[in-house]
Amino acid sequence: MPNDIKVIESEYDVVVVGGGTAGPMAAIKARERNPGVRVLLIDKAHVKRSGAISMGMDGLNNAVVPGYATPEQYTKEITIANDGIVNQATVYAYAKHSFATIEQLDRWGVKFEKDANGDYAMRKVHHMGTYVLPMPEGHDVKKVLYRQLKRARVEITNRIVATRLLTAADGSVNGVMGFDSRTAEFHVIRAKAVVLACGAAGRLGLPASGYLMGTYENPTNAGDGYAMAYHAGAELANLECYQINPLIKDYNGPACAYVTGPLGGYTANNRGERFIECDYWSGQMMLEFYQELQSGNGPVFLKLDHLAEETIQTIETILHGNERPSRGQFHAGRGTDYRHRMVEMHISEIGFCSGHSASGVYVNERAETTVPGLYSAGDMAAVPHNYMLGAFVYGWFAGVNAAERAAAIDFAPIDAEQVEREKARIFAPLLREHGLPPLQVEYKLRRFVNDYLQPPKVTRKYEIALERFAEIREDLQQLKAADAHELMRCAEVAAILDCAEMAARASLFRTESRWGLYHLRVDHPERNDAEWFCHAHLKKGADGRMSHLKRPVEPYIVPIAEQEKDAYDRLRLNPTTAARAVATA
Amino acid sequence: MAFQPRSIAQYSEAAVTVDLDKCIAHKGCTVCIDVCPMDILDIDPATGKAYMKRDECWYCLPCQKDCPTGAIQVAIPYLLR
Repeated sequence: MPNDIKVIESEYDVVVVGGGTAGPMAAIKARERNPGVRVLLIDKAHVKRSGAISMGMDGLNNAVVPGYATPEQYTKEITIANDGIVNQATVYAYAKHSFATIEQLDRWGVKFEKDANGDYAMRKVHHMGTYVLPMPEGHDVKKVLYRQLKRARVEITNRIVATRLLTAADGSVNGVMGFDSRTAEFHVIRAKAVVLACGAAGRLGLPASGYLMGTYENPTNAGDGYAMAYHAGAELANLECYQINPLIKDYNGPACAYVTGPLGGYTANNRGERFIECDYWSGQMMLEFYQELQSGNGPVFLKLDHLAEETIQTIETILHGNERPSRGQFHAGRGTDYRHRMVEMHISEIGFCSGHSASGVYVNERAETTVPGLYSAGDMAAVPHNYMLGAFVYGWFAGVNAAERAAAIDFAPIDAEQVEREKARIFAPLLREHGLPPLQVEYKLRRFVNDYLQPPKVTRKYEIALERFAEIREDLQQLKAADAHELMRCAEVAAILDCAEMAARASLFRTESRWGLYHLRVDHPERNDAEWFCHAHLKKGADGRMSHLKRPVEPYIVPIAEQEKDAYDRLRLNPTTAARAVATA
Repeated sequence: MAFQPRSIAQYSEAAVTVDLDKCIAHKGCTVCIDVCPMDILDIDPATGKAYMKRDECWYCLPCQKDCPTGAIQVAIPYLLR
């Protein structure tokens, strides 16, 4: 055991892990709720530029704005888009609080597009309703949040890699452990409530480019939050409903049909023809995309070359200035000018992300997980299709409820054995003379994820994956880190492996196909509502292994009519409709 | 002598390059190093200026956008270019 590791102990009422989108909102709202509550926000990077929106965002994908949509309509749309498997209470709570959150962000200085009357300039992208609100100047979101964090006097510690939660004798969460990725100091932080806002599990699959950090998600979002929640005993919901996104090939950023769609751009096949009615990301949309990609009409492109010069200039300004600003440089290098050439697209590596699909840590409409004292929000919390605005809304809920818990209870004593065990686990790679480099272990692990887990899912391949993952688990005992930075990569490989195993086991448990490509099991090709119209939860069992539970879908708040249920199954255009759509585009 | 374990260093072209004339890291500036989500930039002890230390760039651009003197240039990593 490393005795020369410096241990730093501290104590806060509320600790928020992750300073991207949901985390800052949680920290600010906890302080607003009760200024007597001490709040610490920790981040693996620097809060100024961390998380999925480090460079900003170009729009709200799911704004429920009065006059354009109602919370009931939105809840219905997401229920149908997610094949009925949603806890409507969480989606409805989001939808009802959506507009108040937009107004809050607006007051703080986030700029949304407005029309001449000062009303929000809403756009339609979804299959049924109108929910997209552009933010052409959305590159300042992080600056706005940072100013509010300072104003609320939230304490911030950057470059802390959180690795495990501490649990009290009653099973509740009473702290966070982690280390500084520059100094390798070990942090033990006592808390009355912890909010996990660690983003998606974005380093699960390997991008087709083979470049380890060329992921769709910000690669800091490695799945640490999913692993921490699992080891603390929390239930994770519907992990088999993977995130798979349609992206710009090789660049691996979003092609952004949400931005270009309302301006006349669309997803097309190699003949420049539309093949789907609606570019909103759903499992069924991804299945149509995948089939077109594999067919003689493939690959798939974003088509903009028919648009007017001023429209293209608008698109360039938005897309090359906000979410992924190096995009223009990528296109220039490949000689892709939107005016003359379609943008080649591909499908992403797999990941977990409830922001885009439905795979996350279970939370109720108060952002509470199944473990007392543990809250979660943002991409890692299972509120389906939640996107950035959902992260803000659930961050808000988590902050308020965590502050209330913290004011009502005392600190629970820390279990010294948990601390010693984690210290030994985390710092072992620093002590080895020789060993495996963490990035090489990660590469091999993520290549196996691609080889065996990328849908379409085959049972036998998934079983082989579990054998390979068990071998990688042995390899973790051979990891070697030369410094604190490499120690961070070692900690991440362990989290990625936990996520990979959860992905495999969750997928094997649900013996049906659902959510289009996300859970397409070739040897169980049919949807089986009789047995599987339910949530599938995964948690750490009493024996320390992964266990599974079926949870009934909660009674609907907003009923879905029989003829509406399959609206998202009818995304493929028939040839006549396709011809008409091209003609009128 | 028994078999001795060895490691091999692999090299990569750095996607992030620094204009040493413009960089003011030697005067105490650490903006690019602070804002990098992946924490891949550091100060080169030989020059006192910022440099890309690790091949883990997400080509996200905070370093380039936030640099007060325009000393940072981020290229798309070769494997994706």
